[in-house]
Amino acid sequence: MKEQVLTRKRRPGLSEKGVERVLTAIAFSSIAVLALITVFIFVGGIPAIAKTGLWSFVSGHRWAPSRQAFGIFPMIVGSLYVTVGALIIGVPLSLAGAVFLSEVAPPNVARVVKPAIELLAGIPSVIYGFIGLVILVPLIRDHLGGPGFSVLASSIVLGIMILPTVISISYDSLKAVPAYYRDGSTALGATKWQTIYMVLLPAARSGILAGVILGMGRAIGETMAVIMVAGNATQVPGSLLAPVRTLTSNIALEMGYAAGLHRQALFGTGVILFVIIMILSILASLTTPAKGRARRGAAR
Amino acid sequence: MSKGLLIQMLFSDRIRWAGRAAAASAIVALAITLLIAGAGCRRTPRVGASITAAGSTSVQPFAEFLAESYMAGGGAPPINVQGGGSSAGIQAAIEGAAQIGMSSRDLKPDEKAVLKEYIIAHDAIAIIVNPQNPVEALTKAQVRAVFSGTVTNWKQFGGPDRAITVISREEGSGTRSSFDEGVLKEVALTPSALVQDSNGSVRETVAGDRNAIGYLSLGLVDSRVKAVSLDGVQPTLQTARSKQYPLVRPFLFLTKGDPPEGVRRFLDYVLGSEGQTILLKEGLVPANPAIGG
Repeated sequence: MKEQVLTRKRRPGLSEKGVERVLTAIAFSSIAVLALITVFIFVGGIPAIAKTGLWSFVSGHRWAPSRQAFGIFPMIVGSLYVTVGALIIGVPLSLAGAVFLSEVAPPNVARVVKPAIELLAGIPSVIYGFIGLVILVPLIRDHLGGPGFSVLASSIVLGIMILPTVISISYDSLKAVPAYYRDGSTALGATKWQTIYMVLLPAARSGILAGVILGMGRAIGETMAVIMVAGNATQVPGSLLAPVRTLTSNIALEMGYAAGLHRQALFGTGVILFVIIMILSILASLTTPAKGRARRGAAR
Repeated sequence: MSKGLLIQMLFSDRIRWAGRAAAASAIVALAITLLIAGAGCRRTPRVGASITAAGSTSVQPFAEFLAESYMAGGGAPPINVQGGGSSAGIQAAIEGAAQIGMSSRDLKPDEKAVLKEYIIAHDAIAIIVNPQNPVEALTKAQVRAVFSGTVTNWKQFGGPDRAITVISREEGSGTRSSFDEGVLKEVALTPSALVQDSNGSVRETVAGDRNAIGYLSLGLVDSRVKAVSLDGVQPTLQTARSKQYPLVRPFLFLTKGDPPEGVRRFLDYVLGSEGQTILLKEGLVPANPAIGG
């Protein structure tokens, strides 16, 4: 028997060492791809940023490439507005959904509803954008005023788009809370709602936070749907009903037509987006372990 | 069979699976790397196999009609028509990525130096408003005031007391550059203008918003929007042809140097009576004065 195993092990390409090496190489190649992308974006974007000056590039209010004005401040603000708006709309819905699915809903209902919510993630973003364009934009225009293409429309569309991400991760982390937390809480005489509010949500906080951060990443990176409902005006939006342009839509809108310094400025926009997303992920990874410690403390 | 052997076999199966997965991912990773490396250098299509025309999204639908009827008439090699925008089309023609570049704006001097241009037709840019809007006529100065943001209410043009929603195209668009040159000139577009990325979405937005004003290829104006007269001239094929209408731009086909035989034949077809008649039927002003005169 041992011999058999040994002969199997000796077959070329199957040895422990070889597999290890191949896996390591592949793992590193994905990091290499990331590095390549970073280098590409920076090499493409730095000349324009250097020419405009980092500060005036980031804080400039005027974007008119044909007139040599490259200021992306309105787009940075726009991206942050719609992302925050999406979180304000999406996170309460997601938390309620996750709590309902994991704690309240009868198993039969959860079995139907959960896949349905996950299905939301499979719908292409252009469909969300189209529905927003056809239904949401005229609705806002007719009932709330303004052109309809607005921060509000983008926030609603993005808020719905991040639901599946935030719900599934929050649901999983709620499910991962050990049963004895619930039992202990019940034994102390807490009601179901008190258990959810005071025990389960704090215990699952790190997971929920990770879900929210992933949702935020999706919201800030979404392009197609936002282009269709945001209006894409190059100004800092003065109200919820004003049109807005995000960093991603700035790139996508003008990439096809851009040449020379204009093209480099779009890469520069990408650099800024990259930096913002990096800051967000670093913040996220700084927050999550701390919460994890708090949770372990609570478990003791 | 002993338990130990089973475990060993399972284990070795897992190793084999891992090996296969590793091989597969290695191929995928290699492909990705090649793709990234390849993105840098644009592929030149084989000459003779097919002809690629790329560029202006305004010219694109007309070029598609032309290519279709040319190929239906037994014209070979096949013609591929792609969009991408005027600047991209000009760039593609210069780099040789497309044998024919399509542009809906005039060339800049440095572009003119390397490219041969063929005017296939002229197109008027219509200023459009919602059909519910009572405003029928604007002057160039008024349109400039609206698009630069100095006039923001329809009341000032005898319309209802409502804020104007300005719809423009994105930077670099051929329609946008022609509009900039023809109307805005040295003044800049108001930053509060909505930006839509195609003729179609401009039309869609103006059709849905009674306060909106936009600009659009005359050939694409339909009953859902209303074209206003500019400086007292209604945009039509006749006024565009006679150059009475003040906002007319050329539709260009571009080649780098003298075109090869296949491209030459297609250009002859487009500039000949058959191609020009098609363009006239589709709502453009033919470049050939003998057609539809």
